[in-house]
Amino acid sequence: MDRIALTPAAAELIRQLRAEHGPLMFHQSGGCCDGSAPMCYPLGEFRTGGSDVLLGELEVDGVEEPVGFWMSASQFERWAHTHLTVDVVPGRGSGFSLEAPEGVRFLIRSRLLDDAAS
Amino acid sequence: MTRFASPGSEGSVVSYQPRYDHWIGGEYIPPARGRYFENPTPVNGQPFTEIARGTAEDVERALDAAHAAAPAWGRTAPAERASVLLKIADRMEQNLEALAVAESWENGKPVRETLAADIPLAIDHFRYFAGAIRAQEGSLSEIDHDTVAYHFHEPLGVVAQIIPWNFPILMATWKLAPALAAGNAVVLKPAEQTPASIHLWMSLVADLLPPGVVNIVNGFGVEAGKPLASNSRVAKVAFTGETTTGRLIMQYASENLIPVTLELGGKSPNIFFDDVSATDDDFLDKALEGFTMFALNQGEVCTCPSRALVQDGHYEAFMDAAVARTEKIAQGHPLDTDTMIGAQASNDQLEKILSYLDIGRQEGARVRTGGSRAELGGELEGGYYVEPTIFEGGNHMRVFQEEIFGPVVAVTRFSDFDDAIGIANDTLYGLGAGVWTRDGSTAYRAGRAIQAGRVWTNCYHAYPAHAAFGGYKQSGIGRETHKMMLDHYQQTKNLLVSYSPKKLGFF
Repeated sequence: MDRIALTPAAAELIRQLRAEHGPLMFHQSGGCCDGSAPMCYPLGEFRTGGSDVLLGELEVDGVEEPVGFWMSASQFERWAHTHLTVDVVPGRGSGFSLEAPEGVRFLIRSRLLDDAAS
Repeated sequence: MTRFASPGSEGSVVSYQPRYDHWIGGEYIPPARGRYFENPTPVNGQPFTEIARGTAEDVERALDAAHAAAPAWGRTAPAERASVLLKIADRMEQNLEALAVAESWENGKPVRETLAADIPLAIDHFRYFAGAIRAQEGSLSEIDHDTVAYHFHEPLGVVAQIIPWNFPILMATWKLAPALAAGNAVVLKPAEQTPASIHLWMSLVADLLPPGVVNIVNGFGVEAGKPLASNSRVAKVAFTGETTTGRLIMQYASENLIPVTLELGGKSPNIFFDDVSATDDDFLDKALEGFTMFALNQGEVCTCPSRALVQDGHYEAFMDAAVARTEKIAQGHPLDTDTMIGAQASNDQLEKILSYLDIGRQEGARVRTGGSRAELGGELEGGYYVEPTIFEGGNHMRVFQEEIFGPVVAVTRFSDFDDAIGIANDTLYGLGAGVWTRDGSTAYRAGRAIQAGRVWTNCYHAYPAHAAFGGYKQSGIGRETHKMMLDHYQQTKNLLVSYSPKKLGFF
């Protein structure tokens, strides 16, 4: 099932970050400050494990490999009824996420999955 | 009403410098790569200073300075370190207004909060740890008549601290005061959203600290935070932030086999039992203020009471009064002492809050008041303002489960004690909670049943030193604002001593 998508602006930023940093991954954060937002890392920088769920593999034109989008399983239980779209907005700071020095920030926009899908 | 002039303008009590380099070894050092970034005020979105954009080279230089300073600092008498902390507190008190205005301008929070809470709490925190280190004792254990185990506290050495942007000076103080009291040298990275006010603080206290004992490296998380948190030359990492970065910091710490303390946020329940509304008196008035505390600091508090649980019997009347109280919140210029809610700290924070107002509505939550960006216009045009918002809905909704970090409370009802505790604990987090009741027994049982590190009972959002603060569940590891935080910055040295002249007889 399709749970995760990208806006064109997010896809463009991923292309740019891929060119600079190599293969990428996302992990959705929870909690305070810069939380409740997706963090983008070089692939393998963040160790996923049995407590994580792979929501989807994002296909981006011009990027060879799909970009995995991960979330902790406990958090996913509470998000499972919503579809997520990764967007990008002007901003400052986001933990150790790669886009922050560019003056932009990945952001999640959500909509309800219809009953059949969820 | 008092309206403070903007920092740097005519008549202001404080001025920022046009640029800040890294503070390393007791002096300002330009970034190795020569790059800077602009620092805007959330009040109107306009930059007011520029900040060194640090990288691994700068972190290494700061660690060099810290390692050079740590041995001598760690050998100072507790009385000497306490004296330094007390002098820092005095200096801050003498400059309270300047620090408060500076903090408000950088973060967007109302100056009445920085004047009455942020800065006074920070001052008291330095005094508390000055006292705590003087009063700390080692221990000795009598193993047998001729054998004694002595336990000494020793500093860890050089520690890394990564500071959040919601209370820039106070959160730095929560970490600096115990670390310095315990005899450690520090490399501190402020949040890139609020990198400047800690430099203003340093300009007031620099002469009190030996060079290299406190070093400030600015920059972005990925460029400066990561080389600091993953560095094999730090003995401990303290971090306040969110879960994914918290995990990453633990991962780096595992590579270096060092401890961490983490504070990662919450989704704190604020529970109002029926008897709160039994009488229209001071206590009910206090409870309504307790409800409205979700708007304190624009909701940008890890313990924001962002879920209100209201019992069926008084639900309608209590919520009518709570909505009315919320609608009296005065939103405006943060440097006006009448302003009760200021600007969100950054544009992306604003956008994130708006995205949650959207999904809240989609999930069927009812907006009782607020629900939109506040366009204040005039000189506040371009600032990041949100209306205080009350949602009504169910605890399964995402606005009940995720930290929005804005002035948004999600309200639901409960039937009885067990229902209240069930809803309160149905969350990934366990940092703060509030319990409001006139019945002491109910208050006690609820406080013990809620899985959270701090349960405010008939109060909320008080942060005195000497009351332990920290999280259960995914909210983190460690306890701040209490003398037990000293343990997180100290090693235990055991001398096991025999006073017997007799051999054991094995060899």
